[in-house]
Amino acid sequence: MKKALVLSTLAVLLASSTALADTSGKRIALSNNYAGNSWRQAMLESWAKVTGPAAEQGIVAAADAFTTAENQATEQAAQIQNLILQGYDAIVLNAASPTALNGAVKEACDAGIVVVSFDGIVTEPCAYRIAVDFAAMGKAEVDYLKEALPEGGKLLEIRGLAGVFVDDEISKGIHEGVAENPQFEIVGSVHGDWAQDVAQKAVAGILPSLPSDIVGVVTQGGDGYGAAQAFAAAGRPTPLIIMGNRQDELAWWKEQKDASGYKTMSVSIAPGVSTLAFWVAQQILDGQKVPQDLVVPFLRIDQDNLEASLESTPAGGVANVEYSLEDAKKVIAEAM
Amino acid sequence: MKWLTAERLRLLVPALSLVVLLAAVFYLQPRTMSYTGLNLLFNLAVPIALATIAQMLIMTVNDLDLSMGTFVSFVACVTATFLQTDPLTGALILVGCIAVYAGLGVIIHLRNLPSIVVTLGMSFVWSGLAVLLLPAPGGVAPDWIRWLMTSKPPLVPMAIVASVLIAVIAHFLVMRSAFGVVIRGVGGNERSVARAGWSVVRARAATYALAGFFAVLSGICLVGLTTSADANIALRYTLLSIAGVILGGGEFVGGRVSPIGAVIGALTLTLAASFLSFLKIPPDWQIGAQGAILIIVLALRLILNRRESVEKAK
Repeated sequence: MKKALVLSTLAVLLASSTALADTSGKRIALSNNYAGNSWRQAMLESWAKVTGPAAEQGIVAAADAFTTAENQATEQAAQIQNLILQGYDAIVLNAASPTALNGAVKEACDAGIVVVSFDGIVTEPCAYRIAVDFAAMGKAEVDYLKEALPEGGKLLEIRGLAGVFVDDEISKGIHEGVAENPQFEIVGSVHGDWAQDVAQKAVAGILPSLPSDIVGVVTQGGDGYGAAQAFAAAGRPTPLIIMGNRQDELAWWKEQKDASGYKTMSVSIAPGVSTLAFWVAQQILDGQKVPQDLVVPFLRIDQDNLEASLESTPAGGVANVEYSLEDAKKVIAEAM
Repeated sequence: MKWLTAERLRLLVPALSLVVLLAAVFYLQPRTMSYTGLNLLFNLAVPIALATIAQMLIMTVNDLDLSMGTFVSFVACVTATFLQTDPLTGALILVGCIAVYAGLGVIIHLRNLPSIVVTLGMSFVWSGLAVLLLPAPGGVAPDWIRWLMTSKPPLVPMAIVASVLIAVIAHFLVMRSAFGVVIRGVGGNERSVARAGWSVVRARAATYALAGFFAVLSGICLVGLTTSADANIALRYTLLSIAGVILGGGEFVGGRVSPIGAVIGALTLTLAASFLSFLKIPPDWQIGAQGAILIIVLALRLILNRRESVEKAK
């Protein structure tokens, strides 16, 4: 028993070049508001995959995940207050609302608890935010098109769910990119709700009214495969469709690539961002200086790493990557 | 068993279930047994208790309000926007809301409409208005309500003081005042109240207005806790408030309600969620477990009620 203890302590010391042992007694909780889609399921899986071994190695004492039964801000506020009562040292948070949890988050900060929000971030100043720069993601799509289609042309835009902040941001980025590159013109815009079936219907509906020389489709993820199906059903040539890291999109892309050398790119946020938030929380508990606002890197798939990404993505899932302590340190250093 | 009147029995089961749950929570998580612990455990129950009282008033006159959650959300949006930047306009809007509630009572009574249909329709109106007011989550809570909701009275935490205050005020309004007798009469036997010379339409309008008033308080308190609003912030309150009333010994028809019980019911519902979270029950099972707690409490009440009626028959 004693030997095992010594050995495990030794292992921890070896595994950690920095002062990691400082957080060995700390407990981190994940407060999650929703688990009802493949992205969130992958997020929770990544959390378990990374934090489980971290807890076993003694980097942290515990890293438990809590999900509210219903996607409601009031319920999550109660959940956060319960986590405070359970004495966690840090709460990693994917919030149901950017503002409605601020009261509970403030209570946590006042109790000396580190709060790190990611994906669904909170505006309370005492919390840390790992935000997604969705506008930059939209712009990255146009930047790719600029290189792939130097002569420019007409574009179709597929948007997400109307009225949601993410949809506005990505679309804003796309329109900014197009404004900077006048060789492109957006000739149509539909809402695909980030779902293949909705996107397919929406695109099929607008296609007859569009000119026949559409060169590219800018998307928001979860809608590329549906768009491709709509173009095929209408008997039109398939334009360059930006993909969103979903398995069905990647599989279709691979098929086209093998058949005709089809070229595109795919970009989205990896659900494994929960693990990035975990390491950031661990770093803060470790006493490292971390800026209040951090930015998540996108997960981008290109022509050459398509096969590898497709292989590691489960059917019906979304391409994922788990972050390591080093990744977190890099993100923190970049934001300094 | 003379002291065990029907009214007291109605209160006994919810009060006992609250005590048992509280004991279990204290056992599971001793940290809750403190001033801050109790406050964190119960502060989000304060707006729920107010919404439950509002729902109870509507249920007193045999109606049901399916727009409670969206209405509280709308009030929260008004509180975080107008009431903060322009208190006069904000207050006028809220008074207007209460007037709308009174108007609903009149319409439901005069046209003999089912309240479920009218309030379901209104829920879309409130939710639409809330989205118009706050298309994206935001707004700031007025300082005074933030101060009130985070105040730390000596000895007993704010959440407990507020709950007791709500229960006592509602108790006097509904169980001890002449107005209370009339509205419970409307629920119990509308015709005899009318024959006795009371205006039923006026009673219903007043009940709805009072319910609107409590719902407005609920929204304001909620924003005081959350610091800002969201158009969907309180959607769960519709079902929570109905469950709270029933859990607290109220009934859907007959004007049989218990204001103290309703507050206890709201506290029990909040506590049940914490209890399950402390037990680390996986979220997939939590809704089911919450339902199981409800069914157990209701079953207990049914057994006691039956015994009571058997004793009466003797």
